[in-house]
Parts: sequence; structure tokens; C-alpha cells
Amino acid sequence: MNLRRDVFQAIADPTRRAILLLVASQSMTAGAIAANFDTARPTVSKHLQILTACDLLEQKQEGREIYYYINAKKMKDVADFIEPFREMWDDRFNKLETIMKNYTPKK
Amino acid sequence: MERKTKINAEDGKQEILITREFDLPLELLFKAYVEPEIVEQWMSTKVLKLENEKYGGYQFETTDPKGNVVFRANGVIHDFVPNRKIVRTFEMENAPFDAQIEFLEFEKLSDDRSKLSMHIVYRSIALRDQLLQLPFAQGINMAHNRLQDIVNKLK
Repeated sequence: MNLRRDVFQAIADPTRRAILLLVASQSMTAGAIAANFDTARPTVSKHLQILTACDLLEQKQEGREIYYYINAKKMKDVADFIEPFREMWDDRFNKLETIMKNYTPKK
Repeated sequence: MERKTKINAEDGKQEILITREFDLPLELLFKAYVEPEIVEQWMSTKVLKLENEKYGGYQFETTDPKGNVVFRANGVIHDFVPNRKIVRTFEMENAPFDAQIEFLEFEKLSDDRSKLSMHIVYRSIALRDQLLQLPFAQGINMAHNRLQDIVNKLK
């Protein structure tokens, strides 16, 4: 799997957004992050790998533990950008297209 | 991933242009904008009022499963030309954003393809930029709510 993914693909996933939100309030270890989710630990690890690969999260060794930090600058770049807005409209229009393809006129 | 919806938002301008080509005949695309039951489906909101005519108005409302209103928006329709054009205002209620004006143009590309151009003009450049960032903020809120649900289940 190519971890150098598009950053917007990274934030399109609700679990990854929730992770960003968690880590935004304080730096945490992978174990502490995983404890907040129903998801299996390896799944959370994969999400952390993806977020780190896109530079949204940074790792820092503190003693034996690795802590995850939010990369505020990268987050700002994302927030400034127009992509989420475009995706919102794209979702709506995709739905519109699907609905109308199946539309049968009322008599 | 194919990007069907295109957005043109130039720096330092108080407007944006959204364009999208649909695999739909023009009449069906336009119908998706005028039939309240259809608007409700793709906009994921309830339609309280939709008067498709010059001097008409519209009102949307979204409630959460508990019945609390989480979103309400309204506007007036300035111009309405079937299968061609809708000019309307849009304003979110109980939000610190001013009204915007929207010029929707519908175009036939072929018998089964059509195009929508949506030109939105905001009150200021700052307001436009703030609104463009809103979906991301909403995404974060949604994630937050989901997280809250998970946390509540653990209690």
C-alpha cells in the first residue's frame, strides 16, 4: 500500500478525522489513541501510519514511548484549501445523478 | 479518482464558480432542483417551502434524530426560467454569515448529458473564504459527535 497518499484522502475518513481531533487536544501514544475507538488496534495503527505519511501527524520519542503530535502548519494548509468544499458538492451532485438516473415520472 | 465537480475560486475575489457535467438529460437535471422530494434526497435536508417562480421563496431545515434543528436555510427566488436558469439568494439561519446570491445556469450538452454552472457571489472576500472552509469544520464536528457516541457507550 502506498502511504504517500493525498492528504485529502487522509481526512476523508471519519476515524482519521476523529484521531486528528483527539491528538489536537494533546499529544498521545498509539495505545492511548486506540483506547478511544472500538476499532481493532492494528486498524488504528494503519490510520496513524497514513496520517504520519501525509505529515498531518508527527512522531516524537519520549523515553520508551512514541508520542503523536498534530502538525499544526499542515492542518492549516488543509483547512485553508478548497478541496473539502468541492467534495461536499461532488457528493451532493453524485447523489443527484444517481437519483435522477433511477427516476420514473409520476403519472 | 475522476473529479467531476470543478470549483474555480480565485484569490482575492468574493465569488466562486462551481461547474458539473451530468450524465442526465437537461430536463431531469432541472427537475432535481424543482421537485421538493428529490431536493430532499440529494441535499439531505427537509424542504419546508419551495416556490419555483419569480418572487418565490424557499426554506430548508435539517433535524437530528432527536428532532433538534441543526440547520436551517432560506432564500428568495429572483428569476426562474425552466430548464435554463435560477437566480436566488441563500442564507443560513442562526449563523454569522450574510446572504449570498446564486446564479444557476442549466445547459444541454447532448440528449443525455447536461451541465450546471453555479456562480455564487458573497458579501466579502473574507466571508467567502470562511464559508469555503466550513465543510472541513463540519467534518471535524461530525467526527467529534461520533467520538462522543463511542465515549458514551463506554460509560
